[in-house]
Amino acid sequence: MNHYAILRIVTKLLIPYILLFGLYVQFHGDFGPGGGFQAGVIFAAGIILYGLVFGIGAARRVAPAPVVERLIAVGLLIYAGTGIVGMLKGGNFLEYGVLAHEAQHGQHLGILIVELGVGITVAAVMITVFFAFAGRERTE
Amino acid sequence: MTESAATQLATQLIVILLLALLGATAITIARMRQLWAAVMLTGIFSFLGAGWMLILDAPDVAFTEAAVGAGISTFLMLATLGLTSREAKPPTGFKPVPLVVVIVTGCALVYGTLDMPHYGDPAGHIHNYPNPSYIVKTNGAKGNPTDADGEINLPNVVTAILASYRGYDTFGETTVILTAGVGVILLLRRERRTTGQPEPPPADADTGGPS
Repeated sequence: MNHYAILRIVTKLLIPYILLFGLYVQFHGDFGPGGGFQAGVIFAAGIILYGLVFGIGAARRVAPAPVVERLIAVGLLIYAGTGIVGMLKGGNFLEYGVLAHEAQHGQHLGILIVELGVGITVAAVMITVFFAFAGRERTE
Repeated sequence: MTESAATQLATQLIVILLLALLGATAITIARMRQLWAAVMLTGIFSFLGAGWMLILDAPDVAFTEAAVGAGISTFLMLATLGLTSREAKPPTGFKPVPLVVVIVTGCALVYGTLDMPHYGDPAGHIHNYPNPSYIVKTNGAKGNPTDADGEINLPNVVTAILASYRGYDTFGETTVILTAGVGVILLLRRERRTTGQPEPPPADADTGGPS
């Protein structure tokens, strides 16, 4: 894709906004449309666009495969960990009300954290699938 | 929702146009032999679907459809095309059995929709059973989060239901996504040594030879 100047420049202009929109959908998901899954796929789409235009090697430098693969588990552990912290604070598994002094603040905090976990897992899985498919070549 | 008649008419026209384009795209994809163009058309199909979701007041579904349907899955199809042929095999004669199966299945599906409530029917289940009760639980008697008399008080009731009331479900769904990612790693990543970036051989030397 080295010859397509328009494609490269437009991609460079767009990627920051795609990533920013992904973060907005992630952290504003309690108040506007969106949530962890949507944010994860949007964020991953930004990285995948970068990989498509600038090459898989460049994308691997931005998001190294070992880090991304570990993030898959980290996201789920954040989710499960939120549930465990609720248990340690005297509630049930995934009961957010006990996370803060007020039940409603605890709910807000819990929802924000588990959505972050979902977002990390989804984005990491999508990027991993992209690397796995893009790394394959025709084997005769 | 206070919409003028002109706005409603315009929305209806856009919906009809979008659905007509969706139908036309689907038929074109089915009749096409050039797989590369067919994959591009599936991306267009997803974008049209995302536009329609937006009109149905489901912007979060529209995000997902645009990012996954038009973006990621189009790329995955193209990557697969790179490994196989670019043209579909020509059809081998007329086969009546698949046609009968498709027609019977289609008729069964249409028959099934007859039991569903009419689109937008205020007496339909989705407008009655979970919806008001969860809005009241989340945001209080008036459904207004700023009153602070609900259990959670979030403007986005969908997020409140998915992440809190149905936290176990969402936890399970996230686990499914993790499992899918692990499956892709196990199945596909083994081939990386053939991609031109030579990787050091695995540290455990008990594999005994080239795999």
